[in-house]
Amino acid sequence: MPVHKFDTKVQHLKYKVLREVARQAWNDTLMENLLDIPQIIVPGKEATMRCCVYKERAIVGERVKLAMGGNKNNPNVIEVIDIACDECPVGGYEVTESCRGCLAHRCDDVCKKKALYFDEHHVAHIDKTKCVECGMCSKVCPYSAIVSRKRPCQNACKVKAITMNEDKSAAILNEKCISCGACVYQCPFGAIMDKSFILDAIKLLKEAPETGNKVYAVVAPSIASQFTYAKLGQVITGLKKLGFHTVVEAALGADMVAQAESKELAEKGFLTSSCCPAFVTYIRKTFPKLADNISHNLSPMAMISRYIKETTPGAKIVFIGPCTAKKMEIQQDSVREWVDVALTFEELQALFDSRDLDITTMEEDVLDNASYFGRIFARCGGLSDAVAEGLKEQGIDFDLKGCSCDGIEACRMALLKASRNVLDANFIEGMACIGGCIGGAGCLTHGEKNRAEVDKYGHEAHEKTIADAVSVLK
Amino acid sequence: MKVTVCIGSSCHLKGSRQVVERLQALIADNKLQDKVELGGTFCMGKCQQGVCVNVDEEFHSVTPQSVDDFFKTAILTRA
Repeated sequence: MPVHKFDTKVQHLKYKVLREVARQAWNDTLMENLLDIPQIIVPGKEATMRCCVYKERAIVGERVKLAMGGNKNNPNVIEVIDIACDECPVGGYEVTESCRGCLAHRCDDVCKKKALYFDEHHVAHIDKTKCVECGMCSKVCPYSAIVSRKRPCQNACKVKAITMNEDKSAAILNEKCISCGACVYQCPFGAIMDKSFILDAIKLLKEAPETGNKVYAVVAPSIASQFTYAKLGQVITGLKKLGFHTVVEAALGADMVAQAESKELAEKGFLTSSCCPAFVTYIRKTFPKLADNISHNLSPMAMISRYIKETTPGAKIVFIGPCTAKKMEIQQDSVREWVDVALTFEELQALFDSRDLDITTMEEDVLDNASYFGRIFARCGGLSDAVAEGLKEQGIDFDLKGCSCDGIEACRMALLKASRNVLDANFIEGMACIGGCIGGAGCLTHGEKNRAEVDKYGHEAHEKTIADAVSVLK
Repeated sequence: MKVTVCIGSSCHLKGSRQVVERLQALIADNKLQDKVELGGTFCMGKCQQGVCVNVDEEFHSVTPQSVDDFFKTAILTRA
């Protein structure tokens, strides 16, 4: 088995739990061995992650619950593991021991609120009643002596959905959360996790021979930047060995969306994109007045899944992508009937290894349904390019002014401007994750080359135009 | 009559788009739109024999080159 590369050890731990739960599920021994899993993952006797093996095992027990679908009473697909939260300090800007009590006191000069004061050794202190957390003092200190004690989860959550329980453990405000998974990926203690529906996928695959239902894997185009230790064709073979009937590109759904959305844009004159479920949820929750402008098209995932289900009775769909918010999207009324399970690339890796499938030794199969334009949806800017192409191909005379928003903060800026009618654009492409889907929280790895990988994959598409890609769907 | 063309990856690379587009044209030319329902599906499990086409439940192996002959023998004579 090759060593799988993840960005962090937190991802690796999560993967080990998912793999073990999946392994037991395939063998029909999960219920029997459920309570043994923490000890399988943390054999002991020395603690390697926390104060003692007992705490480590207790946390793994919570991860097992999340791997099995998590708390059914919580509608959110992102959950905090209370006992795993290290209750990081939340003091805001603080002066550390690195302050040398210098003469210049640039911190004082830049502070417009006069929040800095100095003791008899000329060492700086911050008056919390005056500080507005602008961070200027931290920027100008030549000794980097002023730091922001902000929790990584709160730092990651640009929609401000993370708060604190009375016991200081992190809490998620479901009314603000967009399930993007940024906190999941950023928490250094792995205390926030996306619920996994890997057992639902295994159930579908296991029952398929009896029920005769065909289980389709619909894969997101960002797969081009993942599983880089193997060939994409080997990933496809691996999926079929897991029991999937076949693999279809969500990018073909993206071609369908590009064609429909460009028409819709020309009709309505102003539109916000429908592909990124975290972006769509953000508009509904934070800018409800703009919700009428959200494209009425399904997302690419739902679009292609609907086509498959409408043409193939008994088809079951498992979507596999980089996204935790897709797990939330498929619970919505308009999508529920088209997609049965949403998994991440992390979970697919766990599925492969739960069956001891070494994809690097497999033959290469093929994956080719979509056009270049459908495939580049995976990176920021791709959707706008595709809509421009859709307008061109269909001969629609419309002056597209796209605003590609890279990350939810950029989305917020554009939506703010749009809500005040000062946005110089008529189409907002919103991507909640930095870089687009390739920055998704469910990716195995995130890297500089990912964007180039997606573009390369786009250029390899057999069909060069959107119209050619969708013409087979008649 | 239901004609289903495989548009899965393997058949796609072997020319299922050309087959679909040609069949559409032939159906229109022969005014069979009311009699022939053309549809797609992803993978019929016989990738080696692609482009896979089912006429009702009957399997046919078609290529972009043989699609005209296929239409004459398998569709036109029965429609």
